[in-house]
Amino acid sequence: MSEEKMNIKDALVPIFFMGKRYEVPASLTIQKALEYAGYQLVRGCGCRGGICGACGTVFRYAGSYKIEVALACQTVVQPNMYIAQLPFFPGNKATYNIEDLEPNGSVFTALYPELYKCIGCGTCTRSCPMDIDVLGYISKAIQGDIAGVAKGSFDCVMCGLCSGRCPAEEVQFYVAILARRLYARHMQPRSAHLARAIDSVEKGQWTAGIAQLKAMEIDTLKKVYSEREMEPHMGPDNWTPGDTTYVNVD
Amino acid sequence: MPYTPELQELIKRVEKTRPERVERKKRGEEFQPMTLKEREDILQYHPDFKEEGRREILVGPNKGYRIAHEMVDLLHAKSRVDPDKIDLTKVDYSTDVLIIGGGGAGTAAALLARQNGMKVLMATKLRLGDANTMMAEGGIQAASKSTKDSPYYHYLDCMGGGHFKNVPDLVETLVTEAPGVVGWLESLGTMLSKSEDGTLSTMHGGGTCRKRMHSAGDITGAEIMRTIRDEARNHPNEIKIVEFSPAVEIILNEKGHAAGAVLYNMETEEYLIVKAKAVVMATGGSGRLHIQNFMCTNHYGATADGLVMGYRAGVPLCFLHTVQYHPTGAVFPEQAEGLLITEKFRGAGANVLNIDGEQFVYEREPRDIEASAFIRECLVRGKGVPTPTGKPCVWLDSPMIDMISGEGTVRKEFPGKWILFHRYGIDISKEPMLVFPTLHYQNGGLEINQQGETPVPGLFAAGEVTGGIHGQNRLMGNSLLDVLVYGRICGRSAAEYVKTQAKDGRLTLDHVKTFNAGLERDSVPTDHRVSPMLLPDYSNPDIRKKQYTAHYVGTIR
Repeated sequence: MSEEKMNIKDALVPIFFMGKRYEVPASLTIQKALEYAGYQLVRGCGCRGGICGACGTVFRYAGSYKIEVALACQTVVQPNMYIAQLPFFPGNKATYNIEDLEPNGSVFTALYPELYKCIGCGTCTRSCPMDIDVLGYISKAIQGDIAGVAKGSFDCVMCGLCSGRCPAEEVQFYVAILARRLYARHMQPRSAHLARAIDSVEKGQWTAGIAQLKAMEIDTLKKVYSEREMEPHMGPDNWTPGDTTYVNVD
Repeated sequence: MPYTPELQELIKRVEKTRPERVERKKRGEEFQPMTLKEREDILQYHPDFKEEGRREILVGPNKGYRIAHEMVDLLHAKSRVDPDKIDLTKVDYSTDVLIIGGGGAGTAAALLARQNGMKVLMATKLRLGDANTMMAEGGIQAASKSTKDSPYYHYLDCMGGGHFKNVPDLVETLVTEAPGVVGWLESLGTMLSKSEDGTLSTMHGGGTCRKRMHSAGDITGAEIMRTIRDEARNHPNEIKIVEFSPAVEIILNEKGHAAGAVLYNMETEEYLIVKAKAVVMATGGSGRLHIQNFMCTNHYGATADGLVMGYRAGVPLCFLHTVQYHPTGAVFPEQAEGLLITEKFRGAGANVLNIDGEQFVYEREPRDIEASAFIRECLVRGKGVPTPTGKPCVWLDSPMIDMISGEGTVRKEFPGKWILFHRYGIDISKEPMLVFPTLHYQNGGLEINQQGETPVPGLFAAGEVTGGIHGQNRLMGNSLLDVLVYGRICGRSAAEYVKTQAKDGRLTLDHVKTFNAGLERDSVPTDHRVSPMLLPDYSNPDIRKKQYTAHYVGTIR
């Protein structure tokens, strides 16, 4: 576990977990400081890499009234941070069949009507540890701009800090994921080349070729591998190989 | 945490060589790739080849197999529970298909099992979605552009990356199902990068001969995981999810069929019995074992649980003598140590450079080759970049990407890493990153066939916990593919098995008793350890000394 061994040459700084004072090395993240202080993490710890949203944290700096937010795994402690975590916030997730939905505001009226209680206070944006303009995408949701919600919310790790502080009792990140799925399923065009590729597989076009590879002596296979044509790195997307035996020809 | 003055001086060397290197890139001039012989030779620098790092397994189906100490420790350990103390007649949950693990493979299996009429119970150790899938970044491979690519070429790339040791049937299934899986993601509403007309954006990865890496920014795994997790939660009546309740043993029945599992509620500390007609093992990887003390890219729960449980139930292991070190793990700042820096950076054109700002390896070798080259450059040639912590590393020149593809490309294509480094005062579109190999992926694991079946009837497995698909080394983009292809297959296979072959019987943990007895009989050296480990031990030794009344079973209090 050497990667996680504490750097004991660091100066110690005081921090407060839920009001309790601990002294921890200054270079630690909040998450590692919790472990240094003796907490064994079960809730509130997931990827340890800033993408899963398990470690949503709220804190204040001593003497400041401002509430700050962070992901504990990505945030270094500061002296006199007053810290609490939010590993879970109850949110009402609607259930739906993405196939049956229309990509417009009517889905929110039906599934997340509390969306329209938004008072535009912007607390959600200030609560986002991923710097997302949450009010921005919620406003777009209210306007029925599904694509806008999808693009604006893409970085969301679904930590729940926004919904924890929302006076309108919304669950912004559920609205967002619904919009992203609607956008990708119903607004982005289906990929024609993908459909064709799937069709070719279903028709068994490549079965014989792969069977040949499977049956090859290892040295022959290595030779075929070493000599296979490489698509140029900087080439255009419509590049085609010299040998078209195992691809479709237009 | 921004770069120290010393590092900023060294960055100047990178900036000096950059214009020429960008021009070469634009002209299509690459560093000379290695021949197959050169690839074999450089592997001597790979951590897998350190004999002191491994020892023989002394019990079970793979007796004699030499693998990492950290894994053998767990295979030689005793069960967390005493089988005699558990009353298997007191069933807490009864279901058709039990899925152990809540990552990409487990969730895909749940969706397909349900689609095939099954009642499903998912038992996860942390939350649904807390898995390595969530952390995968660069992409998912599939031959989606049939005028320049096909499963034929994908098969070749796979086999070459795996040193031609991959199980051919498993590879054939992987590459053939790939386009269909991307179609499935499309229909679920996954935001894969697409152009206005619906053309999927594709690029190269390490070891690919065609551009078939599909991505969603640099958070491809997260986008896939979020989407399929959302879909799983759209069926609360048919897919029940029990979180923070890892399985600790497979339950068999008297007929030798998989029949459920013992779960451990980590919050209430109680053990629960699940009775099921089929079981899918999808517990993921083992990065948190920190093999050879390497930093890792994995999530908190990656502790090889499924290997232990499957092995005790009689499933053989394969390809565990190699583990994958991702060449580019973050080294600076220290707080980001070990984090995955996606191969997509190299796919997008970033060079890898030594202390002189010079290239020393072709950027898109397969991962084990690439990692070995970095290790040689730093530890043998002495041309690594010195850091405040003393850890060796090399430069990954991400600013090149904006110079090649236009300003704003890095921020747009790599939003996850852009914001991560931004918080530490580093702008990766203007400053290169410091990287070194980090423990990343378990190439091998439980043996399966093309239907996702293990040799134990009723026990299926999918995802990182399995072995054979990737041979001795996995290519980028084939893991996200693997979890979805084989997760779906397991869902279907488990459903078919339940309908046609499942045999009911008295529940038993006799296989665990037999395994424990085998450890005793063969005088296998064990210590206080129990397994599965469940969570890594990051406790503070000074605190432990003062925990006079705390009682630990393994790593959990």
